[in-house]
Amino acid sequence: MQSWIPLVPDSASTFSWQVDALYFYLSGVTLFFSLLISAVLIFFVIRYRRRTPYEIPRPVAGSHKLETVWTVIPFLIAMTMFGWGARVYFTQYKTPADAVEVYVVGKQWMWKLQHATGQREINQLHVPVGRKIKLIMTSEDVIHDFFVPAFRTKADVVPGKYTTLWFEATTPGTYHLFCAEYCGMNHSGMIGSVIVMEPREFDNWLSGNTGSTTPAAAGQQLYQTLGCASCHGANGEGGRGPALAGVLGNETEIQGGGRVRVDDGYVRESILNPQAKLVAGFGPIMPTFQGQISEEQLMQLVAFIKSLHGAAQTQAPAAASPTQNQK
Amino acid sequence: MKPIESFEVPEPPKVNYINAQYGLKSWLLTRDHKRIALLYLGSITFFFFIGGLYALMIRLELLTPPGDFMQSTTYNKVFTQHGIIMIFFFLIPSIPATLGNFLIPMMIGAKDLAFPRINLLSWYIYLAGGVITIYALLAGGVDTGWTFYTPFSTTFSNSYVVAAGLGIFINGFSSILTGLNFIVTVHTMRAPGMTWFRLPLFVWSLYATSLVMILGTPVIAITILLLAFERLARVGIFDPALGGDPILFQHLFWFYSHPAVYIMILPSMGVISELIANFSRKNIFGYSFVAFSSLAIAVFGFLVWGHHLFVTSQSVYAGMIFSFLSFAVAIPSAIKVFNWTATLYKSSISYDTPMLFALGFIGLFTIGGMTGLFLASLAVDVHLSDTYFVVAHFHYIMVGGALMGYLGGLHYWWPKISGRMYPEGWGRFSALVIFVGFNLTFLPQFVAGYLGMPRRYHAYPPEFQVFNVLSTAGASILGFGMLIPAIYFVWSMRYGRHAEANPWHLPGLEWRTQSPPPTENFEVTPIVTWEAYEFAPAAETEVVGKFRPEMERI
Repeated sequence: MQSWIPLVPDSASTFSWQVDALYFYLSGVTLFFSLLISAVLIFFVIRYRRRTPYEIPRPVAGSHKLETVWTVIPFLIAMTMFGWGARVYFTQYKTPADAVEVYVVGKQWMWKLQHATGQREINQLHVPVGRKIKLIMTSEDVIHDFFVPAFRTKADVVPGKYTTLWFEATTPGTYHLFCAEYCGMNHSGMIGSVIVMEPREFDNWLSGNTGSTTPAAAGQQLYQTLGCASCHGANGEGGRGPALAGVLGNETEIQGGGRVRVDDGYVRESILNPQAKLVAGFGPIMPTFQGQISEEQLMQLVAFIKSLHGAAQTQAPAAASPTQNQK
Repeated sequence: MKPIESFEVPEPPKVNYINAQYGLKSWLLTRDHKRIALLYLGSITFFFFIGGLYALMIRLELLTPPGDFMQSTTYNKVFTQHGIIMIFFFLIPSIPATLGNFLIPMMIGAKDLAFPRINLLSWYIYLAGGVITIYALLAGGVDTGWTFYTPFSTTFSNSYVVAAGLGIFINGFSSILTGLNFIVTVHTMRAPGMTWFRLPLFVWSLYATSLVMILGTPVIAITILLLAFERLARVGIFDPALGGDPILFQHLFWFYSHPAVYIMILPSMGVISELIANFSRKNIFGYSFVAFSSLAIAVFGFLVWGHHLFVTSQSVYAGMIFSFLSFAVAIPSAIKVFNWTATLYKSSISYDTPMLFALGFIGLFTIGGMTGLFLASLAVDVHLSDTYFVVAHFHYIMVGGALMGYLGGLHYWWPKISGRMYPEGWGRFSALVIFVGFNLTFLPQFVAGYLGMPRRYHAYPPEFQVFNVLSTAGASILGFGMLIPAIYFVWSMRYGRHAEANPWHLPGLEWRTQSPPPTENFEVTPIVTWEAYEFAPAAETEVVGKFRPEMERI
C-alpha cells in the first residue's frame, strides 16, 4: 500500500482502521461538497458572465424551501459524523480493566517509562502484539502529550494529575513516539519510538532486562522508609489511618459527606495533599509529602498500594515475573 | 431605466476628507472615522509585514528536516511571535478597524461613528499595545506559543511573557471600544428610511462581530491578568506545584480565543456578501438567512471552546457535548455558502479583482470549514490535534477566509478610500498568484498532519520533507503574491486613474457620494427609500419568485 506519497500513516493498533474509516468518510463528504460547490460556482461564473456593462438581471426572491433543505441536510450529515466520532472516541478513551499497566513520566525533554515488571526505558516503549496496554502518565514540569501516530491515539500528560492512554498493538514494527504538546526549547527533540514485538520476543526482551525491582516492590520500600506503615499498617490493613489494602477501584465515604472513587489520582492527591478529601472517620493527622517525593516514587507507591489485595494478602509483590503479565 | 447613474456627483470633487486639512497634527488628532481607518490601515499593514517575515523564517527552517537554519529557542520565538502579531495585531483589527471604520457610517448614511473621540482613542490604545508587544519582541522575545499554555508560560519559560501579555491585554481594550462604537452607531445613527433589513450585510456581520468583541475580550483580559499574577507573584492559579490547575487556563483561554476566530472570519463573510451581490448585480439570495446566520455564529461561537480540549483529560461526556455544538456551529456557515452560490444564479457576473477574491474565498472557506468537521469529530481529533492538519485548517480559515475577504474588500472600496483606481490587470494577476500560492502552501499540510507530523516542531523526521518542501515553495509564491498589491496600492495613490463617485455603478449608500468622500460623508443626510442591493426601482422590475414581505421587507 506504500505509494509515493502515503495518505495514511502506518497502522499498528486496533484503533487504526476505525479512525481511518471515519477519516475516509469525512474526506469523501468534504471532497463531494467542495467539488459540488466549485463546479456550481464555475458553471454560474461562466454561464452568467456579464455580457453588457451595467446590465441589471432580474432579482430572484429567496426560498424558504431551499433554505430548509440546505439547513437540514448538512445538519443530518453532521450528526452522522458526530455519532460515529463519539462512538470511536469512547473506545479510545475508556480503558479496559484487563490492561497491563506501564508508568510514564514526561519531563523536559524526555520520556521515562517503567513496566509493571520493573524494566525501565527512556524514550522507548516495548510492547507486545495483542495485549492491551494502559499507560498511567504524569509530568514533572509542563504539559506534554504522548502521541503515537501509528496507533491513532494521543493524550496530554499533565503535571499534578494522572492521565491514561490505552491501546492494543496489532503489527510488529518500530513506530514514532512524539510529544504533541508544545513544551519548550527542545520540544521537537522529545521524540522516541514504540517497538511492537511478537509476544514471545517481548517476553524474551523482558527477561533479558531484569535486575531492576518492580514498581510495586520499590513502592513497598518507600512505604517503609517514609513511615506510612506506622499508621496504615505494615500491609495496609489500617490503623490510625485508613486501610489501603483492596481499596483501589472502590468508593469510599469522605469527611463532610459525599463519596469519592478511589483511583490512582485519588491516592496521589491524598499523599501530596492529605487534607483535600479525608476518608470519613479519620482525623487530619497525615503530613503532606509534597516536594519530598518524586513523580516516579509516587507511581511506585500507587503500584504498591494497588498490589495489596485485601487484608489476608501478605505476599510480597516482588515475586512478580514477566510471564505473570500474560493473559 | 437609469436609477443608479442618477446619483452620481459631478466630477471631480475639490475638497475631500484627505485634503480637507494638512499636517501631521490634523491626522494624529483627527476624529474623522475615515482618517482613523487610514491610521489603522497603515499600522496593521506594518504588523502584517512583521508577521509575514516570521512566516517566511518558519518556512525556511522547515525546508529541511534537521533544525539547521536557526536554533530551537529562536524557532520557538519565531512561531510564537508570528501567531501573536498576526492574530492580535493584524487579523482581529483588520477588517473591523479599517473597512468597518471607514464604511459603517457611510453605509448607514451617518456623518461619523457615534463616539468619534473614543474611535481615535481605540487607535492609540491599539498602538500602545503594539509598542509594548514590539518591545517584548526586541527585548528578547517570547517562546510560549500564542496560546500561552500554563504552567509553561507561568513557571518554566524564560522569555518576556508578561510584557507580551501586557501588549495583548491593552490591545484588547481597543477591540472592546471599537465593538461598542459600532453597536451604538448601528442602533442610533441610521439615516431616515435605513431600516434594519435594509442594512448592507457587511453591517450585519460587523454588528455580530462587535457583540463577540465586547462579550469575549474581557475574558482574555482576565486570563492574562491571572497569568501575570501567577508568574510575578507566584499566586497559585494554574501551576499544580502552587496548587493550581493547568487545564483551567485552557478553558479560560479558549473561551475567548475560539470566539476570536469568529471576530476574524465574520467581517470577512460580510465583505463577501457585499462582493457577491454587487459584482453579480443581484440582490443577495436569502438576505435574512445570511444576516441571522452571522448572529447565530456569534452566539454559538461562545459554546464550543471545549473542542480544543478533547485530549487534555477533559471528561469524555463534556467532549461529546462540545463536539455536538461544534457541528451545530458549522451549519450557519454552510447556509452562507449556499446562499452566496445561489445569488449567482441568473446574475451578471464580472471578473473584476474583488470578485476573483470573493470566488476564491468561497472555495477556500469551504475547504477550511469542512476540515473543521474533522476536528470536531472526536475520534479523528484525538489523532489530529496538535498536528499540521490543525495548522492547515486554521490557515484556510484565517488566510483563505479572513485575509482573502480583507484583500477583496480593500480592492472593492479602494476607489472610495483613495479616490484612485488600482491597476485591474495587476489586481487579477495578484488574486490568481495568491490563490495558487496559498493552496500549494497549505494543502500538503493536511496530508502531513494526518501522517502524524506534530506542529511547533523545529526539526522533524525526514519522511515529512516532501510536504514541507511543497509548503515552502507555496509560501514563497504566496509572499510574492502579497507584495504585488502592496506595491500597486501605494503606486495608485499617486499615479492611479481618478475614480468616479460610483465606479462600479452600484446602489449602496457609500457610492452615492463623491470619491473620496467629504469629511461629513454626505452633503445632505440621505433618505433611504430602497432595499439593500436594489439595482433598479422595485416598481420597474419583474422578480423571479415571490418576495415574502414579512421576512424580506420588515
